[in-house]
Amino acid sequence: MGDAADIASEAARAAADAVLDRWQRDPLALVQVLRETQAVTHWLPRPLLAHIAAALGLTLAQVEGVAGFYRFFHTRPVGRTRILFSDNITDRMLGSEALLAQLCARLGVAPGEIEAQGRFSVDRCSCTGLCDQGPALLVNHHQVITRLNAARVDALADLLLAGTPVEQWPAAWFDVIDGVQRADVLLSGLAADAPTLPVVLAQPPQALLDAVAQSGLRGRGGAGFPTARKWQACRDAPGPLRCVVCNADEGEPGTFKDRVLLASHADAVFDGMTAAARAVGAQQGFLYLRGEYRYLLPQLEEVLVRRRAQGLLGRDACGVVGFDFDIAIHLGAGAYVCGEESALIESLEGKRGTPRIRPPFPVQAGYLGRPTVVNNVETFCAVAHIARRGGAWWAGIGTAQSTGTKIHSVSGDCARPGLYEYPLGTPIAQILDDCGARDVQAVQVGGPSGACVPASEFNRAIAFEDVPSAGAFMVFDRSRDLFEVARHFARFFAHESCGLCTPCRVGTELVVRRLDKLAHARGAGSASAFDIERLHDLDTVLHSGTHCGLGASACNPLRDTLRHFGEAYAQRATAPQFQPDIDLDAELSSARRATGRSDAGAHLHTDTQA
Amino acid sequence: MSAVDPTFDLDGQPIALQPGDTILTAAARAGHEVPHLCWSAEVSASASCRLCTVLADGRPVAACVTPAVAGQKVECRTALLATQRLRLLQMLFVEGNHFCPGCEKSGHCLLQVQAERAGMTDLNFEVLNPERPVDASHPDVLFEPNRCILCQLCVRASEEIDGKRVFAIGGHGIATRLVIDSASGRLGDSALSVDDRAAHICPVGALLPKRVGFAVPIGRRRFDTGDTRG
Repeated sequence: MGDAADIASEAARAAADAVLDRWQRDPLALVQVLRETQAVTHWLPRPLLAHIAAALGLTLAQVEGVAGFYRFFHTRPVGRTRILFSDNITDRMLGSEALLAQLCARLGVAPGEIEAQGRFSVDRCSCTGLCDQGPALLVNHHQVITRLNAARVDALADLLLAGTPVEQWPAAWFDVIDGVQRADVLLSGLAADAPTLPVVLAQPPQALLDAVAQSGLRGRGGAGFPTARKWQACRDAPGPLRCVVCNADEGEPGTFKDRVLLASHADAVFDGMTAAARAVGAQQGFLYLRGEYRYLLPQLEEVLVRRRAQGLLGRDACGVVGFDFDIAIHLGAGAYVCGEESALIESLEGKRGTPRIRPPFPVQAGYLGRPTVVNNVETFCAVAHIARRGGAWWAGIGTAQSTGTKIHSVSGDCARPGLYEYPLGTPIAQILDDCGARDVQAVQVGGPSGACVPASEFNRAIAFEDVPSAGAFMVFDRSRDLFEVARHFARFFAHESCGLCTPCRVGTELVVRRLDKLAHARGAGSASAFDIERLHDLDTVLHSGTHCGLGASACNPLRDTLRHFGEAYAQRATAPQFQPDIDLDAELSSARRATGRSDAGAHLHTDTQA
Repeated sequence: MSAVDPTFDLDGQPIALQPGDTILTAAARAGHEVPHLCWSAEVSASASCRLCTVLADGRPVAACVTPAVAGQKVECRTALLATQRLRLLQMLFVEGNHFCPGCEKSGHCLLQVQAERAGMTDLNFEVLNPERPVDASHPDVLFEPNRCILCQLCVRASEEIDGKRVFAIGGHGIATRLVIDSASGRLGDSALSVDDRAAHICPVGALLPKRVGFAVPIGRRRFDTGDTRG
């Protein structure tokens, strides 16, 4: 037994060594090293972390801190095949919980537990960005299976029990479609006769920057910061080296537009990054790809190889003498907060994805302290078009304050989920109409960190000056319980909090517990107006100063649903006065056991039966 | 201070500022305390506790890391911010297990005194009752993780002052915890010495030098006042 364990740990160390060699023992690559090592070893035992730490010149505590931060790293044993059910609210609406229970029953394993023989484990993960073709699941943090149903889960259980390797599973299970329902400029792609990138980059950097400024383009990742201002600040910051980073950490639940842009318009995205690099004077580019999109990595690497061969990357890129620029892909490992640009940079540097203290902002001091531009996938895609067709053309689309188009990831209760690209300024009602949504109660625009818009406001438009959106558009019809939607999002934020600042770390957990009390999950019927008050309290604290936007937006679903769907809360808070959500009498049971008493005097007289 | 020195406005008072000042350091130099827990002049800031949140031109910011800007209007002592601070303190109290009467840090504890100054008389939120095993393995220093408020002062002091890296932050969300760098993960096997600054910088009773817990008697401690001095 001891010998077998020794051999196993020796094999694990050998696997880690091969990965470490591939990354030239660069401590900045820690997240990549852990990811690639775990792909072989299934999980990351502490002695293996110590081995990796020593090889990279880091402390074990640092490596343990990183391994414990990302949801996709396992520091306790997991099954040799790991199944993670995507747990967005849209997956649940499509029946994911029943399918998870079905798979667990067939495999004889509880969610989150390892099977007795160590063959598999089944758990949940945050949204995998496949909401239009869910329910979905991740296999070994690598492959995705879409369109789950009872028959598919049954067949999956058969294959898992038979020990069939993933490579031999039916290919159709791994189909991921683009699902473009309405294409405007971005999803239509570059025209066949569009100028090539070398032609575009022949113009001086300032001309590129001026075109983006004239276009009025604002970042598509959610914050809506003017792209040209970001670039100019980076260009103006002192220092010899600069970076351009594409944020493909599309973690906002209900958002899947970047997945399609990367799958079908990768050249446009890389064009945009290269144009940005030329404009700001950057040498180094990164695509930070969320771990859930690992299956896209080979085809993206292929595109980069081809572009290097075409001379679009590398020394004198695009034929511009002195413009040396290349792009590397880094994978995330399951951490929503890494979508925040400074957390993303920390992750690129192999650290815990904790948002940095700002100032300095990334444009001043980003990756390795170098001035760094971080833009969303869709932003770079837009740049590829603007660089060719001019700023005035883009500014002519949309509204005065919100220029251009926006891609919406439509999912939930509608006949035709998928991608819909519209000029900004398009009313919510039109999108609902086009996607075949009926009897709609609310739309979650921009994901949980965005806004829950009730039916009375469907005439509002998606635009920075009205309802801004990072791209999610989740539809809820009148059969849905908006309280449960908000509770689901609360669990998401608590799960994804980085844990740095007090209000987010503690507050998100307290919101979950309070909502659980209202949901009768604990202490049935014990919620009162007191609990609603506490929820308002928590909402105020989280909206009054957290370290980053995750904490600041974590109570948005709570706030919006309390405001628009207060009845869903009130009907769960019917106790006339405060009641604890613990059974006080049951708490005395150990004392009763110890004293051997069971008389009336050994019981508390409460409304709750012991 | 000359008439041309730049100033900002803190609750109606002009505060002189020098290059590199944060709101907190400029205020401190002028004799105004911005309530804080995780900040220390000795080490770099983590901005984690958020107790020092003030309104800078109406925007909530952490005073410990926000550069002071000439002409800015900064609000610190408002009723809303007082409530906010109280709630943050209550959150820290329910997150861990803080039983002041039984804690040898009582009277020296920054969390305790901030709570007292904030007028905290209840917990407001439900207690989370964590179960974190105490680490008494080090001959000279006790680690009581149930009292840790994740301020990172020990992490930074060990690295920046002691030239060691004994501590790190691990986990995420409500399971975030202090990690100790040793093969066993226990303090006794780490490179920590009781002479390290990291062994003394803890603002609460999470890291305590052993055998000196009551060398200074209750009533004569750092934060004792006329009311508490026997």
